[in-house]
Amino acid sequence: MGEPGEAASRAMAREGAIVPERELEFGVGAALRWSVARDLRLALRSRSELGVQLMFYVIVVTLFPLASTPERTLLAIMGPGVLWVAALLASLLSLPRLFASDFGDGTLEQIAMSPYPLPALVFGKIVAHWLTTGLPIVLLAPLLGIQYGLDATALTIVTLSLLVGTPILSLLGAIGAALTLGVRGGGSLLALLILPLYVPVLIFGAGAADAVRAGLSASANLSLLGAGLLIALVGAPLATAASVRIALD
Amino acid sequence: MRPLGGQRRGASRKRGGSVNLYQLASPATFYPFAGKLAPWFAIAAALLTIAGLWIGFGIAPTDFQQGEAYRIIFIHVPTAWMSMFIYLVMGFWSILALTFNTRLSAMMAQSLVPSGALMTFIALWTGALWGRPTWGTYWAWDARMTSELILLFLYFGVMALRNAIDDARRADRACAVLTIVGAVNIPIIYFSVQWWNTLHQGASVSMTAAPKMASIMLMGMLVMAFAAWFYTIAVSLWRVQAIILERERGAGWISARLGLAGASR
Repeated sequence: MGEPGEAASRAMAREGAIVPERELEFGVGAALRWSVARDLRLALRSRSELGVQLMFYVIVVTLFPLASTPERTLLAIMGPGVLWVAALLASLLSLPRLFASDFGDGTLEQIAMSPYPLPALVFGKIVAHWLTTGLPIVLLAPLLGIQYGLDATALTIVTLSLLVGTPILSLLGAIGAALTLGVRGGGSLLALLILPLYVPVLIFGAGAADAVRAGLSASANLSLLGAGLLIALVGAPLATAASVRIALD
Repeated sequence: MRPLGGQRRGASRKRGGSVNLYQLASPATFYPFAGKLAPWFAIAAALLTIAGLWIGFGIAPTDFQQGEAYRIIFIHVPTAWMSMFIYLVMGFWSILALTFNTRLSAMMAQSLVPSGALMTFIALWTGALWGRPTWGTYWAWDARMTSELILLFLYFGVMALRNAIDDARRADRACAVLTIVGAVNIPIIYFSVQWWNTLHQGASVSMTAAPKMASIMLMGMLVMAFAAWFYTIAVSLWRVQAIILERERGAGWISARLGLAGASR
């Protein structure tokens, strides 16, 4: 696969080592693996940045009881929604990182020029983004849920819904991140573009725990989230790749 | 698919002959065509508005449940219809703009955005004014109202993205992608909000339980819907003319058309 090697850095990438060279066929799998590995490596080298995003998530969740009430029955009702809104905001906060630095130093242009399919390369970036920002949010959710006095079933359902839902946030967000590349007021514009599109995810995600509380099954919510995930998996990489090309023109 | 754009220099010469659709895709041909059509749509819109308001406020009987307050539907329902319809039309032009890379399609999509946002805003505003006497509240988290509000956010998003990008061609295509993604999302948003609303039955207000509408009321609403439609067509044609003038200000045909000596600016 011609991996750029352990010591490969952004500088090397800029010099064109970015295109894996060995084989003739330029497959989706190879592109995906390379892209995920590269972005994960880059993310692990800027761990403090990831830490800041997680802290943001934790702090937002902590603010809600302070702003409303410490009463346990109310908190148990609000809990899933608060966790979800905080996950939305944390995802939004991390999105500009997805393409901005690669766009800034020209790496993105090199990536787009490689013979590998751009949707696959972009999808790899999205996967890495979810692994570094979405997954920690999912893993932290049970802990924060306990602060809100959620019981075991509610904790399970919220965590499960976040597990299915946060990838959709990364996938949809990638479209917005690519559209706002190098654009005036990128960050706040991204919020305006993406948050309305997040609405169904928020409703089904937070609704799963609500349904359980109302004595219904969460399976309908979770199935719909899963269906949304499938649609986003198919559509979002293509739309993101198209947006990246538009941004690079 | 460049030929569409490539024809634009010669196209204006063919004016007067039979105009086919491909020629209309060129801004130089479309500009006078839009100028000719727009006033007719504007006149039709004005006449239909007068007729529709006359039916709505003069002829239609007072509703025995809601009294006179119901008459706001003659403005509310047509604008709500248009708000969704305009987004679909924008989606259509956006798909054309992306697949054929035609400039005029993107300009059409751009020209529709303000009208769409206006219709959505009027629908929300009149809905609030209607809700107060009928349900006793300006705002309820009803499925339609909530998704209409999100539709307004989508319109604002397209406008903001357009304004944030200086290069018109890049803005065209970025807005086209955003519009299409939004169009795919609109039904999902609608059904998600509706379901969320039925799960939280607490403050439910039923808009569908209204009694069967008298045919004269339906007639008034349809006439007003056509008025809103024709108004949108007229205004967006004028707006697309302005967009063409602004974007093609360097083109020779514009200075020729406006009777300027040299190329303007």
